[in-house]
Amino acid sequence: MTTAQLRATPGRASTTPAGGRPARRRGGWVPTVGLLVGAVYCLLPVLWVVIAATKSSAQLFSSFTMAPGTGLLGNLRQLNAYRGGEFWHWMLNSAFYAGVGALLSAALSGVTGYALAKYRFAGRDSVFNILLAGVLMPPVVLAIPQYLLMAKAGLADSYWSVLLCSIVSPYGIYLARIYAAGAIPDEVVEASRVDGASEWRLFRSVVVPMMAPGLVTVFLFQFVAIWNNFLLPYIMLGDDTKFPVTVGLFTLLNQGASQPALYTLVITGALISVLPLIILFLSLQRYWRLDLLSGAVKS
Amino acid sequence: MTSATPAPGTTAGTSARRRPRLAPYAFITPAVLLFALLLALPIGYAGYLSFRKVHVQGLGLGPGSRTEVWAGLSNYASALGDPELLAGTLRVLLYGVILVPTMLGLALLFALLLDADRTRLRAFSRIAIFLPYAIPGVVASLLWGFLYLPTTSPGYYLLGKLGMSAPQLLSGHGIYVALANIAVWGGTGFNMIVIYTSLRSVPAELYEAARLDGASELQIALRVKIPMVLPSLVLTFFFSMIATLQVFSEPTTLAPMTNGISSTWSPLMKVYRDAFVRGDIYSASATSVVIAGVTLALSFGFLKAVGRRAYGEDK
Repeated sequence: MTTAQLRATPGRASTTPAGGRPARRRGGWVPTVGLLVGAVYCLLPVLWVVIAATKSSAQLFSSFTMAPGTGLLGNLRQLNAYRGGEFWHWMLNSAFYAGVGALLSAALSGVTGYALAKYRFAGRDSVFNILLAGVLMPPVVLAIPQYLLMAKAGLADSYWSVLLCSIVSPYGIYLARIYAAGAIPDEVVEASRVDGASEWRLFRSVVVPMMAPGLVTVFLFQFVAIWNNFLLPYIMLGDDTKFPVTVGLFTLLNQGASQPALYTLVITGALISVLPLIILFLSLQRYWRLDLLSGAVKS
Repeated sequence: MTSATPAPGTTAGTSARRRPRLAPYAFITPAVLLFALLLALPIGYAGYLSFRKVHVQGLGLGPGSRTEVWAGLSNYASALGDPELLAGTLRVLLYGVILVPTMLGLALLFALLLDADRTRLRAFSRIAIFLPYAIPGVVASLLWGFLYLPTTSPGYYLLGKLGMSAPQLLSGHGIYVALANIAVWGGTGFNMIVIYTSLRSVPAELYEAARLDGASELQIALRVKIPMVLPSLVLTFFFSMIATLQVFSEPTTLAPMTNGISSTWSPLMKVYRDAFVRGDIYSASATSVVIAGVTLALSFGFLKAVGRRAYGEDK
């Protein structure tokens, strides 16, 4: 459902009595205030980090927390200089893991979800159930043997170790399957076959365009999930030049416990690390097919 | 989805010739291969390791003095008998009891408020409440960690000005509230959207009918809306339960800022410590297998209990 649809759902306004003052003018403040309280709670830590990033180390622990400081440029310079610009390395790594990983994941989910939704074949239900069981595996339980096997294959502590393990997303396959089932009419598939299209060609030129909104959602979900992932890279990687920004910030925070001067770096880094995600999130808002999540896709 | 029998109008012969046999297998092959290599094989390997142990000969020096041997069930016996695992499980249960009802209660409340006819500033609140979803758990814990520290928290500052003392959230039982709050903050918006979306798909005629019968907005919310979104609530409850059992990055990130979180605070943190700090991959594997088994049993039990409807099947 797009933002526009959410804002103006037909049928709902019809409860407003015709003529006179519309009902929505009266008493709307109770739900509005309730929601605003929630919004303030959700924005407060974000506001705090914006303010805290402007403080120098000395100001961080001495001035009132919600009063801006004067150290923003100094903090940025320090962060930029930290171990020869390592922070930017982490950001680029995150962009690489999340960008490439989500792209491959959306492609894999799309082709698998479509096959599971639109073909009847022996073993279909068992394949789906086994893939779905993958959702339930606790990440740590998986990550330890994944690490050991990667180490045996000589891939531990490489970009591959994080990337490969991010591609298979049982949840993405599940979403793609729901989407394909709802968005692709059987008649269209049948018609293409009657026209003589091969199955691969049918998928490429008919199915992919029809599934595009669902695939964008899977891509966004995976992008956020991989960018925010901590455990997998934390276990797989030892070399800090390959760290994504989550693991990098955690190691900084850990050192900060003994060197409080690093706290300003952690805070400034945290602010910068969430900016790309917030921008991506706000600008692509209308592409999130959130109705997928409640299993309520209508074609 | 229609059944496999030919639709009226097409001849059975064409349909049978046209029905692809190999294509679906070709389409699922990459996923099945990757799944087998990256998920099934590691799980099997963890199972294998859980039955192994290192046998040390002599002083354990020199080549060949350390060999891997069959351990039987001894890793399982020590994992299940470990008081730390039980303590960690109880901690996570208490954390989940605080977290899940609070998060889903708020998510449902906000979804109903968004859906109420007279609400204003809808788009703004919806985005603001959903926003924390985009923030990594590590960064969220870090931000809240500073907000819990008396020296950097505006809350402590304001209460101090008023001459009151605030409860310490980073010690004692405050830790449960501190951790649950981080997860509530991060997860409420996501669950709110799931519930809200399913509220929007309720036909408006249902509300018209209820209003004609003289129901108040509150009664409509309680008797019409909540029952209609029950499947979404079940789904969000299920995913929240699974996520709770797997809590790892929040307590791990908060740990450097407090003495209240040990390295074995949650069962998964204990698995991590056993495997990577103590280097005992065998007992870590046994503990992992136990946790995976309990998770799977709970999940399948839950799904059986609520039926297939819960996860939106297309049949």
